[in-house]
Amino acid sequence: MHLLIGTRKGAFILDADKSRRKWTMRGPMYLGHIVHHLVQDPRQRNVLLMSAHPGHLGPTLYRSTNFGKTWKEAKQPPAFAKAPEGEKGRVAKFAFWLTPGHSSEKNVWYAGTVPQGLFRSDDGGDTWQEVTGFNNHPMSSKWFAKDNEEPPDGATTHSILVDPRDANHLYVGLSGGGVFESTDCGATWAPMNKGVDAEFLPDKDAEYGHDPHCVRFAATNPDRLYMQNHCGIYRVDRPSREWVRIGKKMPKKIGDIGFGIGVHPRDEKTAWVFPMDGTTVWPRTSPGGKPAMYVTRDAGKSWTRQDKGLPTEQAWWTVKRQALAVDACDPVGVYVGNTSGEVWGSRNEGESWACLARHLQQIYSVEVAETP
Amino acid sequence: MKVFVPTPLASYTKNRREVQASGATLGETLADLDRQFPGMRFRMINEQGGVREHIRFFVDCELVNDLGAPIREGADLQIICAISGGVCD
Repeated sequence: MHLLIGTRKGAFILDADKSRRKWTMRGPMYLGHIVHHLVQDPRQRNVLLMSAHPGHLGPTLYRSTNFGKTWKEAKQPPAFAKAPEGEKGRVAKFAFWLTPGHSSEKNVWYAGTVPQGLFRSDDGGDTWQEVTGFNNHPMSSKWFAKDNEEPPDGATTHSILVDPRDANHLYVGLSGGGVFESTDCGATWAPMNKGVDAEFLPDKDAEYGHDPHCVRFAATNPDRLYMQNHCGIYRVDRPSREWVRIGKKMPKKIGDIGFGIGVHPRDEKTAWVFPMDGTTVWPRTSPGGKPAMYVTRDAGKSWTRQDKGLPTEQAWWTVKRQALAVDACDPVGVYVGNTSGEVWGSRNEGESWACLARHLQQIYSVEVAETP
Repeated sequence: MKVFVPTPLASYTKNRREVQASGATLGETLADLDRQFPGMRFRMINEQGGVREHIRFFVDCELVNDLGAPIREGADLQIICAISGGVCD
């Protein structure tokens, strides 16, 4: 078992022994590059894809076919179409989120960019094309965040979900913009935000404009989705299109604001969140300086605090939306990377925690990888 | 012409800081560089044909922003990557 770590200054791989007690660090890879996401291809486990850029150059992607020993740059990274003469075109700042395609589509990958856009590769990540049904949708100018409305790190495209039962069924999250669904492989899209609060929008029943932070399937039931949103924690059971705010059952003094969410690989009723302070000016830190995971075992009817082993005071870190991961072991391992450059892990479904790595840079992403 | 390559782009030129390229304009020269060192142009020029924020081109020590700007035969092209703070510190 391995953890793929993307940080503000490069990528790392943590290799676990069989017990998941001992972890060995590899890296840095691409030191000095901002690594937003590093993901394993479950269809070819020796393949990794990394979104990286050093800040002062244009963005790119790197691909490894030997589990991180060597890397090759993508021939044609995600880029928007050139605008007609005299018109202002869009410029991809970086790929924020990477998702392997359906198991039946061996070389397909999806990438979500900043500014908001969806891209697809059919050759394992070497060349990328716009998903024009999304990027050029007639409503895109309304769905996508305006330049002057972007959050501090840019308006992201994230949570690209491919239904394991149907390669044509996709979900995408826009922060801000909302959750969108396609059932025809990206040709057409519809917003899916009913029931989601958006206290920053004048219309409380707005169809779009919401701010999902992270959306995940339940692996055993892809009709169940969990979402950590800017305005709470939600669940939807398809075919319903209406989200239910399950975060209302969180302790009031903690709230239900956060970035990431993880779902148990074998139990659709179990999910984890890592709350942050979403009060006043939105500090986005652990509430009270006391980091804690919260787990629901009943699909959001109740939540239990899990903080054994985590710092008990003066720990003001944040866990970003791609930095909360769960493995498929039994018992399940739960992992977070934080803005203080630490990786914390639990081998017992969040019951107790240990620091697996520290002294890294701000962590942007943590993904679980299986041994090739 | 001689092209001076900044360290952030030297991975494309196998760490050579000085390479040769040809072209009657800045755009043609960058296209020639990309032919020799695939992927290099996109790191400097975005998909709309704009020079990226932290890249500067100097032809015979004169700042040039226009890809259509002519370059005389025998000129030197210096590529500068402005490693300014704040963006990614």
